[in-house]
Amino acid sequence: MHQFVDYTLNGISTGMVYAAVALSLVLIWRSTRILNFASGSMAMLTTYVGLSVLDRRASYWLALIVALGAGFVIGGVAERVFVRPVENKPPINAVIVTLGLFILIEAIAGMIWGNSRSRAFPAHFSGRGYGIGSTQVAFAPFDSFVVASVGVTLLLLLLLFRYTALGLKMRAAAFEPMVARLQGVRVNVMLTLGWALASMAGSLAGVLVAPRTLPLSPNYMEAVLVYGFTAAVLGGLESPLGALIGGLVIGLSQKYVGAYISSTYEVVSSLVILVTVLMIRPSGLFSRVAPRRV
Amino acid sequence: MLDISGVSVSYGAVRALDGVTFSVPRGSITAVLGANGAGKTTLLRAITGLVRPSAGTITFEGTDITRLGVEDIVRLGLAHVPEGRGVIQELTVDENLRLGALWRSDGADRKRALDEMYELFPPLAGRRRRLAVTLSGGERQMLVLGRALMSRPRVLMLDEPSLGLAPMITAQIMALLRDQVSERGLTVLLVEQNARSALSIADEGIVLSLGEVVVKQSAGVLAGDANLRHHYLGF
Amino acid sequence: MTGMEQRLRAAWDRVPPLGRRVATAVIAYLVLILVANGLNRYRDFQISEIASFAVVAVGLTVLTGLNGQISLGHGALMAVGAYTAAVLLIHAHIPLVLVLAACVVSGAVVGAAVGAVAARLRGPYLAGATLALAVGLPQIPKSYKYFGRDQGLTINPPLPPKWLGDTFPLERWGAYICLLGAVVAVFLLTNLVHSRFGREFAAVRDDEVAASLAGIPVARTQVVAFMVSAACAGLGGGLLALVLPTIGPGGFTLTLSIQLLVAIVIGGMGSLPGAVVGAGLIVFLPGWSDSLARGLGFSDQIGANLSLAIFGGVLIVVILALPGGIADGLRRIRRLFPVRTRRDTATAE
Repeated sequence: MHQFVDYTLNGISTGMVYAAVALSLVLIWRSTRILNFASGSMAMLTTYVGLSVLDRRASYWLALIVALGAGFVIGGVAERVFVRPVENKPPINAVIVTLGLFILIEAIAGMIWGNSRSRAFPAHFSGRGYGIGSTQVAFAPFDSFVVASVGVTLLLLLLLFRYTALGLKMRAAAFEPMVARLQGVRVNVMLTLGWALASMAGSLAGVLVAPRTLPLSPNYMEAVLVYGFTAAVLGGLESPLGALIGGLVIGLSQKYVGAYISSTYEVVSSLVILVTVLMIRPSGLFSRVAPRRV
Repeated sequence: MLDISGVSVSYGAVRALDGVTFSVPRGSITAVLGANGAGKTTLLRAITGLVRPSAGTITFEGTDITRLGVEDIVRLGLAHVPEGRGVIQELTVDENLRLGALWRSDGADRKRALDEMYELFPPLAGRRRRLAVTLSGGERQMLVLGRALMSRPRVLMLDEPSLGLAPMITAQIMALLRDQVSERGLTVLLVEQNARSALSIADEGIVLSLGEVVVKQSAGVLAGDANLRHHYLGF
Repeated sequence: MTGMEQRLRAAWDRVPPLGRRVATAVIAYLVLILVANGLNRYRDFQISEIASFAVVAVGLTVLTGLNGQISLGHGALMAVGAYTAAVLLIHAHIPLVLVLAACVVSGAVVGAAVGAVAARLRGPYLAGATLALAVGLPQIPKSYKYFGRDQGLTINPPLPPKWLGDTFPLERWGAYICLLGAVVAVFLLTNLVHSRFGREFAAVRDDEVAASLAGIPVARTQVVAFMVSAACAGLGGGLLALVLPTIGPGGFTLTLSIQLLVAIVIGGMGSLPGAVVGAGLIVFLPGWSDSLARGLGFSDQIGANLSLAIFGGVLIVVILALPGGIADGLRRIRRLFPVRTRRDTATAE
C-alpha cells in the first residue's frame, strides 16, 4: 500500500510536468491550429539560459523568472518571424517549419553550452521525500513545488481566459479570426501573445525537468515533448483542463506500468495510449474544419 | 458620409467589382441589391478593409480609408455584420456582446451599452450565460446586431441579415433597424437578396450586377418601377 | 545528331520502358562500381553510407512526396532493419541475400502496422504519432541484453568472395553491396511510381474524396505506401548495419529522422534523383561543416553542431522562401537544375 501511494505521488508529480508541456501545445493549437514541434527545444533553450544565470551565483527565483521571461520572448519571436508566414498555408508547411526550428534550436544550444553537462541543475527545493512518522514518502518538497507551480500557472491562465477582456479577445481571435478583426481585435497581436504565453508554460516544464536529468544535454526534452503531446491529444487539444487531465493520466500510467510491469514498458505504454487515442478520434472530433460536402 | 469612388476588386483573375461609385448619405438607409455573385458581399468587405481594392478610393467623412486595416476602420466608427452573421459559437451571449465594444476604453460606457442591448433584445437577456451555439437564427441575428451596436458605430453595414429567417422575424429586424436610424442617427448600408423587405425601410437603393452598379435610385422610385423590379430584383 | 546517333536514339525509343530502365540500371551499377574501384577505402565507406541512406530516402520520397504522408519515424524504421540484420548475422548463418530480404520484410511488417494507424491520421497528428515512434522505438533495444542494450551490437562485416582476390578491401565490397541495393531500390521504385500504384498514390495525395469516388481504396493505398517506404527503410538500415562497426540506439535518433526529411525536402519531394542527392547531403554535410568550423577557427562544440544547425536552417528557409510551399518549390527547383544523369533518364520517362 505504501508503495502504491509512492507511485501515485510520483506519477502526479511527473504528470504535472507533462501537463505543462501539454498546456503549451494546447494553447498554440487553439490560437493558430499548429502543433509546435519546437516546443520541447524552446523550453530547453530557456532552461539553459536560466542555468547560465544560476552559474553566476544568482538566486533560483531569479533564474526561474529569467527562464520564463526568455520563454515568453522566444515564443513571441518564433510566431512573429517563423510561423506567421505559414499560418494560412497547408498544415505541412507549419510542421516543417517547427521541425526546422526544433533542430536549429537544439544545435544552437549545443554550440553555446556543449552537448553534455555533468553538473546538475540545482533544484533549490530538497529532493528528499517528506518524512511522515517513521517512513519516508517518495514525494519531496521539490515535488510540491512542481505541483504548485504548474497548478498556479494553469489557474492563472484559466482566469485570464475566462474573466479578462484580454482573454476574451484572445479566445475570439482563436475561434473566429475574421469576426474578431471586425470587432476591432488586433488578431495578429493576440496570436503572438498566445505563443508567448504557451512558450512560458513550456519553459516552466523545462525548468522542472532539468534538476532530475543527468547529464543535461540539448535533447533532454525530446521524450518529454512526446509525452506532453500524448497528454495533449488525450485531453483533447482544445482545453487547458484537458491538458491537465491528460498529463496526470500519462504520468500515473507510466509510473504504474513501470512499477508493476516493467520499466521497459513505460515508454511503450505511452505509445500505446497515444495510438489508441488517435485511432478512436483521429482529429475528427477536435478539428474545427467543417466536413467536406461532396 | 461614405463615398465609394471607382472601386474595383479582383480575386485573382476574377473581377468581382468594377468601377463601383456611389455615396451613402448620413442618417439614411441604403440598400445594396442584386443577384448572387453580383459583388454585394465583396463591396462590404472592401469598405471594411477585409479585401483591398485594386482601384478606386473609399472615403469616410473625409478620411481615405481605402488602404486602412480592418481594426483601424472599426475604430473610426464603421461596424460590419458579415455574411453568415459571424456568431462566435464557443462564446456565450454575454461574451459575444461584450466583444463588440472591447476596443473602446470607457468601461462604464461599455457597461451601459451592454445594458441597452439587453433592453433592446429581451430574448438575449434571458440567455446571457448560454453558449451562442444554442441560439435560434433570429436570436443570432439579434446577437450580432447587438454586438455591432455595442461599439456605438456611426455606420452600420449588414450582409444579408434576413438570410434563413422567417418573414416575421425579418420584419422585426428591419423595423428595429429603422428605429435605430431615427433614434441614434445611425447610417446603414444594407446588403440584401430579399429586395422587398430591404426596400421597405430603405431611403436609397443601389443595384449591382456582375460587379457593376446598374441602378442608383431612391428606394421609393426603385420599388415603384415595375420594369426595374422585374428585371433586377425578381419581383 | 549524326546518322549513327539518330539510329541509336530510334532504337532506344523502340525498347519498352521497362527494358530501358533495366538497361539503365545495369549501366548505372557498372559505372558506380567503376567509381568505387577508383576511390580509397574511406570514400568507399562513405559511398556505402550514401547508398544506404539513398534507399531510405527514395522510399520516404514516395511516401511523402507522392502519397502526401509525412513521417518523422523513418529513423526508427531503419533501426528495425538494422537490428534485424545484426541479429541474423550474429546468430544465424544464412546467405547475405536472405539477411537483406529479412530486413525488407521486417521493415514492411512494422510498416504495415504503423501504416494502419497512420492511414487514419492527417497532417500534424500524423507527424506527432511518427515522432512518438521515432523517440519510442529505439528505446526498446536499450532494455534487452539480446539487443545489446545501450552499447548496441557489433557485427563482423561481410567478407568479399575469394574470387575477388585476397587483398580486396572490405569497404569496397560493402560499397558493391550497398550500391546494388540502391540501384535495385531506385529501379523498383521508379517502376512503382510509373505504375498504377504510383498514380493512385498521387491521386490520394491530391484529393482523397475525388480518389475514393474514382474507386481508389484510400486507406489501403496509404498503408501500401507506408509499407513500401518502410521496406526501403528496413533495407537501408540493413545495408548500414553491414558497413558500420556497431549499430545501437544512439545511431537512430529523432535527429536522423528529421535529417531524412530534410534530405527529401531539399531533393525536391517526389523526385527520386533528388532523394539520392539528399542522402549525399546527410553523409557529407557533417564533415564539411566540421571542416568549415575548424577552418574558421570555431571550437569543436560549434563544429559538432553546425551541420545540425544547417539542416534546421535549410528546412526553415526552404519553406519560408517558397510562398507556394513545397509543391511550388519543387517546380522551381526542377526548372533551375535540369541535371541529366544516367539515373535521370530512367526516371524521366
